[in-house]
Amino acid sequence: MWQQLYDELKGHGFMVFAVAMDSRGPEIARPWIEAAKSTYVSVIDTEHRLADLYNMVNVPEAVWIDETGKIVRPTEVAGSGDYFRKMDRQTKALPDDAKIMREEMRSLYMNALRDWVKDGTKSTYAFDAKAARAHVRPPSEDVALAHCWFRLGRHLYAAGNLDEAESAFREASRLHPDSWNIWRQMGDIKHQGQPNPEFWARVETLGDRRYYGKIDMPGMP
Amino acid sequence: MVTLLTERGGFDVKARKAGEDIWVDAGALAEATGWDLKPEGFCRDEICVPLPRGRESEFRQGAEINAAKLWRHAGQPVVVSRDGNAWSLGTSASLRGSKLESLQAPDVALPDLDGRVHRISDHLGKKIFLSTWASW
Repeated sequence: MWQQLYDELKGHGFMVFAVAMDSRGPEIARPWIEAAKSTYVSVIDTEHRLADLYNMVNVPEAVWIDETGKIVRPTEVAGSGDYFRKMDRQTKALPDDAKIMREEMRSLYMNALRDWVKDGTKSTYAFDAKAARAHVRPPSEDVALAHCWFRLGRHLYAAGNLDEAESAFREASRLHPDSWNIWRQMGDIKHQGQPNPEFWARVETLGDRRYYGKIDMPGMP
Repeated sequence: MVTLLTERGGFDVKARKAGEDIWVDAGALAEATGWDLKPEGFCRDEICVPLPRGRESEFRQGAEINAAKLWRHAGQPVVVSRDGNAWSLGTSASLRGSKLESLQAPDVALPDLDGRVHRISDHLGKKIFLSTWASW
């Protein structure tokens, strides 16, 4: 997804650091990584360490980091939106209005990224320190505890202790219900890569609330 | 032996289990977590949590540290497997939050498909787009 953008911008001092949150291991991520033929950094995070460190709840989420290691856009959704909820659940086809929305959001986000890479601090998309801080979502104590349980669950799963792993994942998800990462990873393990039959029902429980958080950029729906 | 699960990964360390407590070598704990006992308390980087006066022996005996008790004393989450062999030492919400609010991007070391480890900090000097995805 990011290769074209990376090719276009790598001459401007730009790196994509893409992280696969796949607890079932690198072999699960391999087909996607090989198909992407990416030349940027592409790593696997079986323990979801990034979600813990950056308080992430979903994929794709991203953080923009400047040359000095400062965050100029804290964790946010990387150009996706709730248009996917209009998907035909049998054929997985998107209606035209959802496709248009997908393209709009994606190109707004990509253009914002281009603007920042080329213009740096002059870019309207790079927050100054005050605005960046205002966009940080600090985790709650329950979220911190949820990541602790998730880490134990992942370890137990890797050790083959599936029952206890599942109860650790469940506890993590109970403590951190906003984390689709935890819930979907738990489902992926349970169903071994097959679609989770409970997915759409859980999405429905959101009602008017968003699945993907709002991206705070001018023009973004 | 027990496995300590930390934000740096999994570490098999020699340990002495005692109920809710787990005694491990101070050096091994520092390697797994970055936290170390110093004269001013239990410290990582510039942060130190002082030990309760007169109760130091509950936390340290010779080269051994009561890791779980120290963790709880510092207000950090700790959970353990039913067999007591895997201890997940989490990071408190307040430390996470203050780190994020400092805007200094937390570093992480993760392997690629060939097992080669990459760090975010390897790419300082460039603008970094740190992005997640998943197969699921």
